[in-house]
Amino acid sequence: MHILAVDPVPWARAQMAGTLAFHIVLVPLGVSWAAMTLIANYKAIRHDDEAALLLAQRWSRYMAVTFAVGAVTGTVLSFEFGLLWPRFMGQWGEAFGVPFAFEGLFFFTEAVFVSIYIFGWKRLRPWPHFWTGVPIVIAGIGGSASVVAANAWMNSPSGFTRNSAGDIVDVDPWRVIFNDAMPLMAAHMIIAAYVVGGFLIGSVYAVGMLRGRRDRYHRLGFLIPFTVASIAIPIQMGVGDSLARWVYNNQPIKFAAIELVPETSSDVPETLFGHLNDDGTVSGGIEIPGLASWLSDPTDGTATVVQGLDTVPADERPTTREVNVVHLAWDVMVGLGTLLFLLALWYAAAWLFRRDMPRSRPFLWVASAAGVLAVIAMEAGWVVSEVGRQPWIVYELTKVQDAATANTGVWITTLVIAALYVGLGVTTILVLRGMSRRAREAADVKDTEVPYGPDIEIPQPPVPVP
Amino acid sequence: MSTAAAVVLFVGVTAYAVFGGADFGAGFWDLTAGGTRPGARPREVIDHSIGPVWEANHVWLIFTFVVLWTCFPEAYASITLTLFVPLTIAAVGIVFRGASFAFRKAVFRTRDRRNFGAAFAISSVIVPYCMGAVAGGIASGRVPAGGKAGDAWDSWVNPTSILGGVLAVCVVAYLAAVYLVWDAHRLGDEPMVEYFRRRAVGAGLASGIVAFAGIFVLAADADYVFDGLKSRALPLVILSAVCGVGTLWLLHRRQRRGARLGAIAAVASVVVAWGVAQWDYMLPESLTVEDAAAPSGTIGAVLVATGLAVVLILPAFGLLYTLDQRDALAESES
Repeated sequence: MHILAVDPVPWARAQMAGTLAFHIVLVPLGVSWAAMTLIANYKAIRHDDEAALLLAQRWSRYMAVTFAVGAVTGTVLSFEFGLLWPRFMGQWGEAFGVPFAFEGLFFFTEAVFVSIYIFGWKRLRPWPHFWTGVPIVIAGIGGSASVVAANAWMNSPSGFTRNSAGDIVDVDPWRVIFNDAMPLMAAHMIIAAYVVGGFLIGSVYAVGMLRGRRDRYHRLGFLIPFTVASIAIPIQMGVGDSLARWVYNNQPIKFAAIELVPETSSDVPETLFGHLNDDGTVSGGIEIPGLASWLSDPTDGTATVVQGLDTVPADERPTTREVNVVHLAWDVMVGLGTLLFLLALWYAAAWLFRRDMPRSRPFLWVASAAGVLAVIAMEAGWVVSEVGRQPWIVYELTKVQDAATANTGVWITTLVIAALYVGLGVTTILVLRGMSRRAREAADVKDTEVPYGPDIEIPQPPVPVP
Repeated sequence: MSTAAAVVLFVGVTAYAVFGGADFGAGFWDLTAGGTRPGARPREVIDHSIGPVWEANHVWLIFTFVVLWTCFPEAYASITLTLFVPLTIAAVGIVFRGASFAFRKAVFRTRDRRNFGAAFAISSVIVPYCMGAVAGGIASGRVPAGGKAGDAWDSWVNPTSILGGVLAVCVVAYLAAVYLVWDAHRLGDEPMVEYFRRRAVGAGLASGIVAFAGIFVLAADADYVFDGLKSRALPLVILSAVCGVGTLWLLHRRQRRGARLGAIAAVASVVVAWGVAQWDYMLPESLTVEDAAAPSGTIGAVLVATGLAVVLILPAFGLLYTLDQRDALAESES
């Protein structure tokens, strides 16, 4: 058994990171797809639009599949809190856990109304049916706000009192949920859900248009999500900027990692790419003089002082490798975000001057890549937040290594889970593609094989029923 | 207040046993349905029955975990540290099950379908076994207090855990068979009604025999819970036995609706009896509910969330049920 005994901490981190990275792709779909479906549904009722109706009906079914997969990966996460981080949960569960109680409430609501909405297509009149979709949108926003509240609490723990032994003796749930980091972090994630969901769904129809499917159905399938994402992306940049400034003020070491600042100084350059060496020097990359200082506090301009990594002991800040990961992830997130913003501008300009979306193939090529790019940007942003917090699991109170399980067999579960998730990812895409293909072939909507859907007619038994 | 949190916790456990259990049990019948041709029709009925709620019932498991780690964090840490192996197998099994159930529908070659079907069915049996084993480990006092790890193997490979695991598999199979009788009836498929009726009776008898044998296992291996079952939990044990026997009789008489309710009552009262029997311990004889409980602020928040859930979600479930029973508008208007 001793050969199989491996330090669990890196494996626990890898497993948590991997399963969260998977789950976070499903989140935007769970949060924003319902809103886009309702837009299509609204158009369908208002303008008696057959194509919009078909789109809304199909989307509601695809949404149910991603929701079911999200239920499975979410269940795994709730196991992992205990299996990988028992000491964290044992010590902090009574505070950290509170937002999840509300997340559970929103998740229940979302599950029931997804079901009602799908059942309702043929059983409710158009407007009442439309309104049964609204709780899905609200629950999606509430649910992600709750989960992000828990994550924000790890960055700015508050709302609890500890005794001299370090045990929590009193909890103020309100302060736990609405901790300092929560409003901006939650806003950033919820808007990200609309950016990613919009570009991701839009990109599927952009591919369809490139393949020559330029009917009204595909056009709407592109226009609705792409417009939502294009509206969300400039807002996202504003919120992201405020959040970066919050980090500058409240988590200076994370900020130093983001901006690659080894020593405290003013007139700090914005370094694009490049990396930190173990001796505290920065090499490579393109430096834009003074920009990092200026962005941190425009009123003081380049005179703004940015705290360096060396102001805290080495074991209380991210390692050199982690700093480089954070910095690269930051560049990727900001870079891709800017690219998507430019794409949205292109789209907006076409509407402004020609009253139509850009028809050129280059636009559709970029648009069909936009979904994947948005997912990468979101994953990168999440890496900035999580790796930038290292080595802390609860900022400046508990370290990750002190929170992990002592179980030496974690590496086995990590490998098994990794293999399973590859299968789960492939399954999800295959199921969605299969549904889409069958829908195209059948050309009319049936309640076929949908989770949470109504009873379907299945072939009658060989023996006739009297 | 800690009592209220413990009650909420057990409501979650019971709901998962009754709703999630039936989903797992359907997988058991899928596994035992036989070869491709004779098993085709039962599998169709099972698919049809699970399809609409695909993996949604894990909501109850998540709910249970959330209440446990928020209101009783020390117990949660001890349980997950000690019972790492069966809990991990259960988590892996849940992913396996969810993915392979979907995959079976996505692929069209018979051999692929059979492989994914087998993965779905086998994991449907392993997960409830592990859950039952976890319950057995806790009930027999093998999980220590203080967020510490107990024995990694003995905690789930022991008489009470084996009893718990086998009983869980029997009980979910029984529940599922009773539900499937109802589903087959709704499909108007009388041969399948008879098929699952026979299996419901068989699984019901098996559950009863295992439960009876369990009395001796608990007497030897889990004193505290055994004493509890003989005293404060005795009414629930009797209720469960009466419901179980009554359900068998109703099944025999082909009273399907009553049988369904009877089966739910029989299973729910067994789960609640376990909770009452180990009262007032969270982890028998090492950690009481009161000592394990989080500060009142936390429990208050969880109770508020639970109350909101009851107020908001019960009416929604009512609406869903009504819609399910209502004929499609399109059909009624044409």
